[in-house]
This record gives sequence, structure tokens and C-alpha cells, in this order.
Amino acid sequence: MLLFATKRVARAILTVLIVVGCAFAALRLSSDPALVVLGPDAPPSAVAAFRAAWGLDQPLWQQFFYYIAGLLRGEFGRSLLNGADVLPLVGSRVLVTLEIMIPALAIGILVGVSAGAYAALRHNTPKDRLVMMGAVAGFTVPHFVLGLVLVLIFAVHLGWLPSGGNDSWRSAILPVVTLSTGWAAVLARFTRSSVVEVLGQPYIRTASAKGLLWRAVIIRHALPNAAIPVVTTIGFMVGGLLAGAVVTESVFSWPGLGQLIVTSVAARDVAVVQCVLLLVATAMVLSNMTVDFLYTLLDPRLRGGRH
Amino acid sequence: MKGSRGDRLSSADRDPAGATPLLELRGLTVSVGHLPVVAGLNLKIARGEAVGIVGESGSGKSVTWLAVLGLLPGSLAVEGEALLEAENIIGASEQRLSQVRGGRVGLIFQDPISSLNPVQRVGAQVIEALRLHRGLRGYAARTEARRLFELVGIPDAERRLDRYPHELSGGQNQRVMIAMALAGEPELLVADEPTTALDVTIQAQILALIERLRREMNMSLVLISHDLSVVAEVCDRIVVMYAGQIMETGSTRSLFASPSHPYTKGLLGAAPVLAQKPQRLASIRGHVPEPWNMPPGCPFEPRCPYAMPACSAARPLLSNLAPDHQSACIRAGELPALARHGPT
Repeated sequence: MLLFATKRVARAILTVLIVVGCAFAALRLSSDPALVVLGPDAPPSAVAAFRAAWGLDQPLWQQFFYYIAGLLRGEFGRSLLNGADVLPLVGSRVLVTLEIMIPALAIGILVGVSAGAYAALRHNTPKDRLVMMGAVAGFTVPHFVLGLVLVLIFAVHLGWLPSGGNDSWRSAILPVVTLSTGWAAVLARFTRSSVVEVLGQPYIRTASAKGLLWRAVIIRHALPNAAIPVVTTIGFMVGGLLAGAVVTESVFSWPGLGQLIVTSVAARDVAVVQCVLLLVATAMVLSNMTVDFLYTLLDPRLRGGRH
Repeated sequence: MKGSRGDRLSSADRDPAGATPLLELRGLTVSVGHLPVVAGLNLKIARGEAVGIVGESGSGKSVTWLAVLGLLPGSLAVEGEALLEAENIIGASEQRLSQVRGGRVGLIFQDPISSLNPVQRVGAQVIEALRLHRGLRGYAARTEARRLFELVGIPDAERRLDRYPHELSGGQNQRVMIAMALAGEPELLVADEPTTALDVTIQAQILALIERLRREMNMSLVLISHDLSVVAEVCDRIVVMYAGQIMETGSTRSLFASPSHPYTKGLLGAAPVLAQKPQRLASIRGHVPEPWNMPPGCPFEPRCPYAMPACSAARPLLSNLAPDHQSACIRAGELPALARHGPT
């Protein structure tokens, strides 16, 4: 068990390192940050000074080595634009993103799982088909389309809600609805197919045959089994949480991490982009590990060996 | 009610035909759309009696018992009556049925591993039945579950209670299923192919266990199997089903001594007899007709070596050959002679 955990952590660190390494190389090879930051008309002496100041004149592997060494000291780098430490900058944006992400995920899970279970228990009836039609619609409409449609209706026509920004909690409503719709749709489909599959299993008949009421059969025997694949899907959603709102944040001009990525990539502010990527990769890896752990908690068949 | 074991003992000793049966099926019909899968079944199970239901797959033997307990999906329509001591439980409320299921009637299924919830400890699954039917909780329930495990021959019962189904063998899981079915102290145990998914050596153990428990607890038993020899070992009476109908029924002894339906003869011919010199096993040509393709007369007529024009005219009814022996073959009386001279 300890060996398993150690292997798992080592693999997680390696994954993060590879992601960061690739991003590091891609950002520096695709264009020259010095030219982007200083502009194409900057005098060559200024460009050279900028490169020397930021270590951009050194070989790539050496830059990467310094970068990793800095990470180990807890230094995430400084913004090429204003020299500020990137960690507080990225950190504050993370909080803003989570303000819409956490409610959206909670609503998505609640609505999606209930709708999926509802549809599964009415398998092949008009109600089931109606729910699944809704899920397909919610799944296929891209976030920017849904976001713009919501803005048109609730901000432009009805004037009930602001179209963007984050001045009050009311400005969070439309982005939250936009994000949760997609998640609810995905989860509804997953939950439905999982519950339908479980309901066909012989142990469900056994549960009825021992005298449990149908309600109890569902709650005590069907749902714990059906939850296993659904939890995986939720795990991946949590992993993609930080990076998932790029489009939605742009539509609603919500000043979160997604917007920071867009502006920093455009400005070649490599330290910021790297910090964000490091964070996103770590979140993804951590959520995967959590899913693995939850798996063994939910499904005793995956616990190693006999006790 | 559960205390009246003494009454049950005495009634079991009486002639099954005379006493009020524990369970009586009257015209039980199960249909998909308008096509009957089980067609007007009449059957009595006396207290303490062991009845074997035999037939090929598709003969409606399992469906019958799922229908009696209301465990079929809603797409199958059930008609007729199933009288559990004069109370019709067909179409009964879910509340009522949930008291019967696992309470007065215990069920065991074919594939023990997939019939147990994979994410729940086996002890908890037995305790759940104890809580439902006997109101036991906590320590009392666990003690009783351990006693049941010991009763069905699970070694190291205390520790096995905390195992998951995948940690036990097929035979042990089937013992868990039996313990679970016994938890409600049933008066009738319905065992649907309880040994089919198990190794041959384990099969004999499980059969012997079911037989012993039936005698000790004075339960009625319905043993469903495709294998006549399995049923013959345990049962007093055998019901041979084909295409949702009873072809022949009789005491095990008389059915084996003088099988009076060509289908029964076919089933007997398909089983190896170890005492004799090895012979090529006979097989019944063709297959069970589908509900939408049912012959107008005797359902076995297309496969029957003794069929004659009258067989396809009308569905033959069960008729008495002896007080404890009935056959639905219009040539039942001629069969012994026909068998000597070979098929016509």
C-alpha cells in the first residue's frame, strides 16, 4: 500500500514536470518574449538588456534548471511586464474563478445527477426521453453561444441581470448558469446510463426478493453501485475546474484565471503563464489521485489483495 | 405466526392432496403483449413438500416464480391467482409483497456472485434481511447472521461476515445467498437453478445443504432446474414444464418408473446413467417454440416422435393416470407400448 502510494505520488510529480517543461519550451521557442514585451521597434541594446536581466540569453536547459530550482525555493517567478511576484497575482485570480466555479459545479452535480437518476428510473418513457433531449441540448450548445443568449435575454431584453463584470453576486448568476448547464448535461447522461446498467444486475433482483421496498432497493443497492463511474466524471470536472472557464470568463468579462491566461499568453508574460499551467496541472493530477482514492472507497473490489 | 412450527410439522405429514396447500397457483398466466410465456398454470405446493420444476430454458419455469412474487418487469402482464394460504398475492400491494418476499417465501438465484451486491459486506446483506423480517438490529442481528452462516456451513463465520462477495468462492457465496433466504424463516424456499453456476463437487454439497435445511426447518421447497437428476435427488414430486405449460407431473418415483409424456422421456434419455454401459446420449431434436410461434395443439407436437394428427388439433389437458401422476399427452396410456416398438 505504501509502495503503491509512493509510486502514485512519483508519477504525479513527473506528470506535472512534463507539463511544465513542455509549456516552458513552447513559450520560449514560439516567439521572443523580449520582442513581444518591448515591442518590435525597441532598440537592440534594450532588447539585449531585457534578455540579460531575465536570463533569456542563457541556453534553454539552463533557464529551465533555474526555473525548477526557483520553484523548489518557493519562487514562482516575476511578471515580465511589471516585475511583480506572480504567485499573489495568480492566487487572487484563482479565488475569483472559484467564486463562479464552485457554485456552478455544485449546481451541475445536483441537477445532473438527479436528472440522470430520474431518467433512469423512468427508463424508455417520454419523461426519460425529455430529460435526455435536454441533456443533449445542454451538452452540444457551446458555452459562448449559451452565454451570449443568456446575456441577450436577461441583460439586454429583460434588464434583470448585469451582462458582465463582478460587481455584485448578481453578476455571477449568468456565468454560473452557463457553466453548470454543460456539467449538468454531461452528468445527467453518465448517471442515467450508469443507473440503467446497475438496475439490470441480478443483485438488484436479489434486493427486491429479500423484501426491500423499491425505494430502499434504489437507495441502498442501486445508487452506491451506480455512483462509481459518476464519481470519476465529477473528479475530472474538478480537475479541469481552474482552466475550464476561459471562454465563459471572456464572455462575461469575469476577471478570473481564464482571463489571466488569455492576456498573459498574448503578452508573452511567460512567468504568469507557467505559474497558471503549473497550478492547473497540479489540480488535475491531485483530482485524479483523489478519484483513485475514492474508487477504492466506493468499490471494495479495487482494494488490493485480501485482508 | 412464526411460532406455530408444531402445526406445520403435523400438516406436512398429512396427505398433500388433502391439506390446504401452502401455495396454490390457479390459472397463472404471464404474457408479453398478448403472447403467453406461461399459459394458465395450476399447481399446488403442500407444506413441507419438495417440488422440482424441470424444463429446458425458455419453458417458463423461472418466470413463473418471479411472477408469483411480483418480481417481473412491468412489461410482462401477470394474470391468475397465487394463493398463499388462501391469500391471493398476484397484484398485491408492494407493501404486502415485500413482507412475503424474503419473509414467508425465500429465493435463491442461479449465479451467486452477481446476485450479491458487490459493494456491500456479505454479513450486512444478511443482516438487512434479518432487520426487515425479524426486526433484529445491532449485536442481536450480527449474532443471528453468524448463526445462519454456521448453519449453512460457512467456516470461520465471524470473519466471513465482514468479507465482500468477490472475496468468497462461488460455493460460499451461494451459502451466503441461502443464509440470506433463511433469514426471514421462510415457509417456502424457491431455489432457481441454485447449483448451475457451481463446480460439480460443490453442486452436490449445496444440494445436500438445501435438502438438510428443508427437513430441519420443515420448509416447502421449489427447486427449479433444467437437470432432472438434480431435482430427483431432493424432491418428492416433479413438475415437467414445456413452453409455459405443465406436460407431466407426478411423484419422483412414478415419474421415473413410468414417464408418461414423450418430453419427459426425452429429458430422461438426455441424462447419462452411470450404472449402465456408456451409450450415446439421446437428444430432443428442435427447440422450445417461441411464444409468437406456438403450435395450435400440443406445444411439443413439432418435436414429438409419437405425434399424430389429433395432437395438433387442440391443446391437451392434464389428465390423471394415477392419483399422484398426471400427463398432458393424449397418447399417455399407449406410451409404454409405443416405446417398446419405437416411434411411429
